[in-house]
Amino acid sequence: MKLDTSGFETSMPTIGFGSSNDMLDGFSTVPSFDLPRTTDFDGFQKEAVQMVKPAKGTTTLAFIFKEGVMVAADSRASMGGYISSQSVKKIIEINPYMLGTMAGGAADCQFWHRNLGIKCRLHELANKRRISVSGASKLLANMLYSYRGMGLSVGTMIAGWDETGPGLYYVDNEGGRLKGDRFSVGSGSPYAYGVLDSGYKFDMSVEEASELARRSIYHATFRDGASGGVASVYHVGSNGWTKLSGDDVGELHYHYYPVPPAIAEQVMEEAAAE
Amino acid sequence: MTKQHANWSPYDNNGGTCVAIAGSDYCVIAADTRMSTGYSILSRDYSKIHNCKADKAVLSSSGFQADVKALQKVLKSRHLVYQHQHNKQMSCPAMAQLLSNTLYFKRFFPYYAFNVLGGLDEEGKGCVFTYDAVGSYEKVGYSAQGSGSTLIMPFLDNQLKSPSPLLLPAQDAITPLSEPEAVDLVKTVFASATERDIYTGDKLEIMILKADGIRTEVMELRKTLSECWQHTLSIVLIRISTLGSLCYLELCLKFSCVVNRFSFSYL
Repeated sequence: MKLDTSGFETSMPTIGFGSSNDMLDGFSTVPSFDLPRTTDFDGFQKEAVQMVKPAKGTTTLAFIFKEGVMVAADSRASMGGYISSQSVKKIIEINPYMLGTMAGGAADCQFWHRNLGIKCRLHELANKRRISVSGASKLLANMLYSYRGMGLSVGTMIAGWDETGPGLYYVDNEGGRLKGDRFSVGSGSPYAYGVLDSGYKFDMSVEEASELARRSIYHATFRDGASGGVASVYHVGSNGWTKLSGDDVGELHYHYYPVPPAIAEQVMEEAAAE
Repeated sequence: MTKQHANWSPYDNNGGTCVAIAGSDYCVIAADTRMSTGYSILSRDYSKIHNCKADKAVLSSSGFQADVKALQKVLKSRHLVYQHQHNKQMSCPAMAQLLSNTLYFKRFFPYYAFNVLGGLDEEGKGCVFTYDAVGSYEKVGYSAQGSGSTLIMPFLDNQLKSPSPLLLPAQDAITPLSEPEAVDLVKTVFASATERDIYTGDKLEIMILKADGIRTEVMELRKTLSECWQHTLSIVLIRISTLGSLCYLELCLKFSCVVNRFSFSYL
């Protein structure tokens, strides 16, 4: 009887010309990718990246507080100087109690988060219990480590609620994995950190925390050209995640800094007089 | 010793533009038929739209047509396998995810193809999925990809601006335009893009997907400058009806006569 040892397989990538059968094999091993036959892999990747111009530039943030984890992100994708989309979903729902954020290459983040979701589900089925946030982030970090140096661009945060309570990990394409209470990733993160760090308290209610997250994203989109669109805020609690709000940042601007009605009337009077 | 850089690239850009618009019960996918390389035109009659043999999904791609051809073949065969395994056609959202995975599996040697997938979802509403070259995708109400996309997208944003699907409370992203209006918009948009993008032109192929089937329309686009006179005249006629100003008509006719005289020199 041949035992199934697929759970013990190490995550070494099989470099070679994977036929399309690999796609149907399931995801217990690291998926194998077609690689170009070239002596200068790095140079080729640089050229390929220039040509395909993957969408990046973003602001995402997440923090742990008394009531769980708050996750927020903008929704702009830029290709060089062109805004390719204002409605990208940067908060990826891995499963009903875990969220991942997207920063860096859009395709990389989408694919690897979907892959992580599959792995988490397989873990659940094999072990009859949910995977911990620590375990899920470790799976993702190990996968990315095996593709280290090949040009993936992933800066993600895994946020969830497991048996030990709320969990937040930052994972990047170098294979780095950090546990923490507050993270912000992306081109707009310095601006978001400024607002987030100055307003953060552990003892906040869900409304206060969501307002802090929304404001931080708004301020980042105000100053960073590569961030914008819709600010989405999610809350991860003991019962899983819920989407709290999705507001257009242009409208948030006038909500936070409304034009004083006196001045508006004055301008309209002057215009009418002309 | 100076470093030798590779002079040969496996990629080339054949230009072209693809547009798709989703409606409440239809989907319009359109692409021009010009295939170019550098400053030369390889073909004036090359179709960028691929049927996928699924009656609910149509793929349109611009970029490097050799990669596009290979991608279309892969999708067609994967769809056939799916049909044999599941005894039904793939739905549009399923095809969208398949395309994303197919593109990502060549992450380190990408298909140089910029795709737009259009079709009808399970409820019969139009859906458009837009991709980058390595497979990141999202469901949108309308999209343009290719060399003319930077010219077309702002105009579509202006005419069709739909609320973002990320807003809460959720609002429908589908355009309220009727099908003839959407087809008209597509024709206008391509006519304008042809004016300013050298890689877009010749003919416009439009596919309209509805629940009862797929309809195809072909429209001629401006090939050279000599057609400017006819084009100007058609604009003049529209202007008369909107402005009703005779002096404007005189000016336009004078201008178009001058252009007609000189157009041959720009051929």
